[in-house]
Amino acid sequence: MRLEPVAAPGLARTLGLPALAIAATVVVASALAMLAGANPFATLGLIVKGAAGSKFAALETLNRATPLIFTGLAVAVAFRAKLWNIGAEAQLYAGALMTVLIGTQMGLPGPVAIPAMAIAAVLAGALVLLGPVLLKVRLGVDEVVTTLLFNFIMLLFISMLLEGPLKDPMGMGWPKSEAIPRDARLPRIVDGLRLHWGFGLALISAVVVWVIQVKTTLGYEIRAVGQNPQAARFASIPVGRVMVKTALLSGGLAALAGFSEVAGLKGNLTLDLSPGFGYTGIVVAMLALLHPLGVVVSALFVAGIFVGADSMSRAAEVPTYIADISVATALLFMVLAILLTRFRVVRG
Amino acid sequence: MGAREVVLRLEGITKRFGKLTANDDVGFALHRGEVLALLGENGAGKTTLMNILFGHYTADAGTVEVFGQALPPGAPGAALAAGVGMVHQHFTLAGNMTVLENILLGTRPLLAPGLGRAAARARVEQLSRDFGLAVHPDAKVKTLSVGERQRVEILKALYRDARILILDEPTAVLTPQESDALFETLKKAVAQGLSIIFISHKLHEVTAVSDRVIVLRHGRVVGEVATDQTDRHRIAEMMVGAEVALPHPALGTPGAALMELRDVSTPPEGNRTGLRRVTLSLKAGQITGLAGVSGNGQGALADLVSGLIAPDSGELRVAGQTVAGWSPRAALAAGVGRIPEDRHATGSIADFTLTENAVLEGYARPPFSRAGWMDWTRARAHAEGIIEKYDVRCPGPEARIRLLSGGNMQKLILGRALEAGPKIILANQPVRGLDIGALTYVQECLIAARDAGAAVLLISEDLDEIRALSDVIHVMSEGRLSPEFPRGSKTPAELGQWMAGQGFSDAA
Repeated sequence: MRLEPVAAPGLARTLGLPALAIAATVVVASALAMLAGANPFATLGLIVKGAAGSKFAALETLNRATPLIFTGLAVAVAFRAKLWNIGAEAQLYAGALMTVLIGTQMGLPGPVAIPAMAIAAVLAGALVLLGPVLLKVRLGVDEVVTTLLFNFIMLLFISMLLEGPLKDPMGMGWPKSEAIPRDARLPRIVDGLRLHWGFGLALISAVVVWVIQVKTTLGYEIRAVGQNPQAARFASIPVGRVMVKTALLSGGLAALAGFSEVAGLKGNLTLDLSPGFGYTGIVVAMLALLHPLGVVVSALFVAGIFVGADSMSRAAEVPTYIADISVATALLFMVLAILLTRFRVVRG
Repeated sequence: MGAREVVLRLEGITKRFGKLTANDDVGFALHRGEVLALLGENGAGKTTLMNILFGHYTADAGTVEVFGQALPPGAPGAALAAGVGMVHQHFTLAGNMTVLENILLGTRPLLAPGLGRAAARARVEQLSRDFGLAVHPDAKVKTLSVGERQRVEILKALYRDARILILDEPTAVLTPQESDALFETLKKAVAQGLSIIFISHKLHEVTAVSDRVIVLRHGRVVGEVATDQTDRHRIAEMMVGAEVALPHPALGTPGAALMELRDVSTPPEGNRTGLRRVTLSLKAGQITGLAGVSGNGQGALADLVSGLIAPDSGELRVAGQTVAGWSPRAALAAGVGRIPEDRHATGSIADFTLTENAVLEGYARPPFSRAGWMDWTRARAHAEGIIEKYDVRCPGPEARIRLLSGGNMQKLILGRALEAGPKIILANQPVRGLDIGALTYVQECLIAARDAGAAVLLISEDLDEIRALSDVIHVMSEGRLSPEFPRGSKTPAELGQWMAGQGFSDAA
């Protein structure tokens, strides 16, 4: 058995195989539901209903997708340049931290506070990734290791702050920060519904990233560096500088996830602000084949499974682990589908 | 000859990779005590055929027989066990072990220390005497020259009782003198009853060493002829399917020096040779040919001219000015047009379209971009212009460049360089692996650029090409540059001595 490249994959191949991957995911998830003693069709129905069956459910899915769009974009931008940023989680918390600092300590009026928090968050996230990328460009230090480890450093750092200087005196002893004032929160898109403007910002970011990639010299440089750094260097593209710019963009996007979660949803900073949005962002970006607009779709898909599975498990008494397994299965099948889009299996 | 025993027979070998047919119904027989030359351009299917023989690939159809026994397909090791030895183009030796250890490697269990070592040494010494393969058994391989390493590879095969020896482009890394020594060895081997397949695309070697020639073209056997009943022209015609003639351009009229190197040295990088006090002057209207065995500093010189590295010591002057801050961008700004040695790895980005590849060197400036925004309309028009003018055969400017053949890829790279109006042109192995049509076209473009006043630096391992095209010739050896020789002032043998390092004042 060997793999042979397909020179120009047809439309059936590029669309059919990913569809098949989704179908295979559904089969596996159903089998798991059966193992847990539930009716697979009912389970599936409950997941869909829980994710999109009502206005409330659909908005909840959009809310859950918002940070995933940001972290997915952060990962997609970096991976496009073959910069393996595994540290979106740390950048997210850096953004959240700056949001809370500006929002609670400066006493700025709302219309000034919101952009100030966003900008500070972006700068902090960019700065967090700047260190690892400089180490990579200057000294050849593997960024997978440095960005991954930075996640733990950042969480411990936040934990220290929440137990110490940032601890909310009115927090009944819980490790959480003070909440930012009401007027510094992101407004709701529709009054009375839980969806905030962070989602709008995420959609705008996806379009902006897409425009950068296809229309600007920076996007061209990023793609060239990612595809073939040797040819890029020969062609006068400053590879190191492009890596740094990519890192600033990627770190900034991940930090916006933290900004949006704090300023739009939670109001304060806690250690469970992100249930691994930074890591799930990698799955989202890979499912989207690193395409910035695809990130929006795959973030909605992943968020839908999580929200739907939550509600399903309450109704059908099937553990929520089925959501994690489904997302992981979807990723594995999708990676396989992508491989089979570009290669065909030949015997001998 | 027909009466002699057949030791190896290939029949009906067919191998397809997707749409490409690498071998199409290939069959031939090798007789005892014969040197069979397997000849063909790059991409003719020689390497695929050998990979099938050694079980690395499984043929779609056909059989391989060694000494009358069919080899099981897809079983590496079967050919070795049947007495077929191969000397690869890229050696497979462990540099930190001795010659003897390398030869013994894999022939005995790892946990049998020293046992029979004395006997093995005696056998290796015997073999090296019998076949004229002088090399010290206790020398560490990393201290050996390329020619010596090749002898170790041959000894390795002989030690394993190979009765059939396959040499893949054995002279590509040798000086003419080392090649002659290799041919002596081959004659001795044949006299002892070995049979040899000699893979090459160098005609003069084939006529010097072989008994019979088989020519492959586009995966098919297109000719089979006894060497003493043919001549180089006939073989060359078979190889390319048409009369091949190197151009004979008139000498150019040299003008001012556009790029000068004065005592330039660069440090070695990994196992790549650096430059050692190189002084060179590239003049307008002149093709400067750089001959030498590959790996003797040509890579460093090419990188220096293209802006990838800067001089460690010495001076680099462009248009009379000493350059500071030398980089690929500075080189492009100074009017250096670059045709890199490896068009796949360095010259292009495989998954980029022709349009995207056409603006790789000029993307950062108008008209292709303004204030950070790409102008894809202009870029596409530029690519279409190159496709039209340089006859790049392709599905269109939006096709990925990986779909193109080597020749068409090279034409795009050539067009990209020449359309920028370069004053200095670096052409590093510009025609390697190209078919005859593309080859002639690229050479004509370089001559035309010279006649238009450009200074051309032509780097090639093909001495015939260097001697035909260059107005002046330098030879590189171990990072040193020979004096300038006018065209026709040195015979190939004399140039070969310089390639081997003789004649340099600062002997190594």
